[in-house]
Amino acid sequence: MKSTKTDSNSSTSSAYKIKRRTLLGGAATAAVVLVQTAFGKMMQAALPESAVKLITDPTHKPGTPPGAVGTRSPFEKPVKKASDISSRTPLQHLYGMLTPSDLHFERNHAGVPLIDPEDHKFLLHGMVEKPMAFTLADLKRFPSVSRICFIECSGNYRGGREDLSPQEICGLTSQSEWTGVMLSTLFREIGVKPGATWFLAEGSDAAVMTRSLPVAKGWDDAMIVYAQNGEAIRPEQGYPFRLLLPGWEGNTSVKWLRRIELSDQPFMTREETSKYTEPVAGGKIRQFSFVMDARSIITFPAYPAHVEKGWIEIRGLAWTGRGKIVSVEVSTDGGKHWQQAKLQEPVLDKAHVYFRYLWLWQGEETVIISRAVDETGYIQPFLKQLKEVRGTSGGYHFNPVTGWNIRRDGSVFLQPDSGA
Amino acid sequence: MSVVIGCALVITACSPDRDNGPEDSGWPEQFGFGRAASPEEIAAWDIDVRPDGQGLPEGSGNVAAGGVLYRSQCARCHGASGWGGPYMALVEHVDTSAVQNDRTEKTIGSYWPYATTLYDYIHRAMPYDSAGSLSPAEVYHITAWLLYANHIIDSTTVVTAETLPRIAMPAQPLFVPDDRSGGPEVR
Repeated sequence: MKSTKTDSNSSTSSAYKIKRRTLLGGAATAAVVLVQTAFGKMMQAALPESAVKLITDPTHKPGTPPGAVGTRSPFEKPVKKASDISSRTPLQHLYGMLTPSDLHFERNHAGVPLIDPEDHKFLLHGMVEKPMAFTLADLKRFPSVSRICFIECSGNYRGGREDLSPQEICGLTSQSEWTGVMLSTLFREIGVKPGATWFLAEGSDAAVMTRSLPVAKGWDDAMIVYAQNGEAIRPEQGYPFRLLLPGWEGNTSVKWLRRIELSDQPFMTREETSKYTEPVAGGKIRQFSFVMDARSIITFPAYPAHVEKGWIEIRGLAWTGRGKIVSVEVSTDGGKHWQQAKLQEPVLDKAHVYFRYLWLWQGEETVIISRAVDETGYIQPFLKQLKEVRGTSGGYHFNPVTGWNIRRDGSVFLQPDSGA
Repeated sequence: MSVVIGCALVITACSPDRDNGPEDSGWPEQFGFGRAASPEEIAAWDIDVRPDGQGLPEGSGNVAAGGVLYRSQCARCHGASGWGGPYMALVEHVDTSAVQNDRTEKTIGSYWPYATTLYDYIHRAMPYDSAGSLSPAEVYHITAWLLYANHIIDSTTVVTAETLPRIAMPAQPLFVPDDRSGGPEVR
């Protein structure tokens, strides 16, 4: 304690000494760094919170040498928000269209399995000419494709309260660059029999998660992907590989894939009957509603941000499972007038698009809203419209516009009945 | 600068006319990667059951045995009578708390369109902490009790591979295919 007191009153180099010493006996860890010992050997040490605060001028002493794996700055702490069954992407902390792999949302039906690819196989059978088994290594030998697209859970709506962040409202959407083999390449390899119209995809988790899917999607743009953002797919995303159905509700992109069986009819599994279906008007239940409709959300300014009077760049994400976003309209007066936001290129098919709109806020209370328009002419609906056609105020495939109430003190809260 | 280069690569990779596909010259009829799957290994994993009964094993279940098994295997999560437990309700009941969150509970009686799905799912994924541990006979018994508790069969009905696909579920007529297809109409 005595020496610490002396050092803290002296120069930068003394501060560095404190850093060295605290590194070796620190308490609350803020980061892990590499340090050189008295014998010149490099070692890893924990950097405590107090030491981070003392490092004020980084221009006098060498920093951390190159390492084996990069880390996030200790000053940046974006985290997912987890429940028992899902974990939500912090959309309000991200920039651009890609989601860092470790912040990709999760929705699991019985936890994340630990799978050694050496012990894992994938069976492709049913109405096929040649039932086959493939390992991860086998799949990697086929011609590969990379594609950037979003995956969104179909149950991606929360509302009804003003203190909800973008993460809490619709954090069950994320975007990665996925690499793998087209399912059509494998269909071609095994020979799909005439009359096969559906296939069952099955996971190797403790839910042995299953969905029945049209063979046409398999020929169109379905993939089996083993890589995410340039590296092996994360366990939470289906390691060693998952199905990827671009633009379709996330649970159809079955993770930890172990089997695909071709059939002439759907299997009517629990997930596609009692779970991922939604009540619609007339007391009916809509089934096999695969495609994710267009959606957008302003991620800045958004709860819990505070803003100051003056120029504000409104930023957000828009996406659609039906092709490309053609425009995002922004209103800064609660929906009375709409302006075109700028879309960040490239605008990709079935992908998150980052949008921006420059706004001069005069300090008056108002509501800002975004709405997405896709290439089919679909305009993202208001909550009121969805309630009318569905007869519910939530559930699967609920994609209403989100309005943010900007108050005079600069605080931002969700407008629960945006534009209703 | 590196960001600009990254975007250029992305465009190339996603451009439809440059997709890696069989229309490219030089693709063989087959690549020959992987190996033939044996009937035994397929059978070991082919556990799915279709609405027409394909996939159901031989066996039968009765309501009395199902009730005993339900209490030991299922009740701690789904409640003693099929509702009121910490996890989802399986049996139709009157529950005022369900009204509060504006959602009708999706019970077997109110929301499941096919009885075969019960066999498939219980065998596949239940009990939650020991999935796949129940024998075919046990799954048939529990299926029978759940159908009885939801007033779909009477206490004497025996459930088999032949009878299960023929059981009419109350919710089946409610199911309609997706009618959304883009465009200006909100559905």
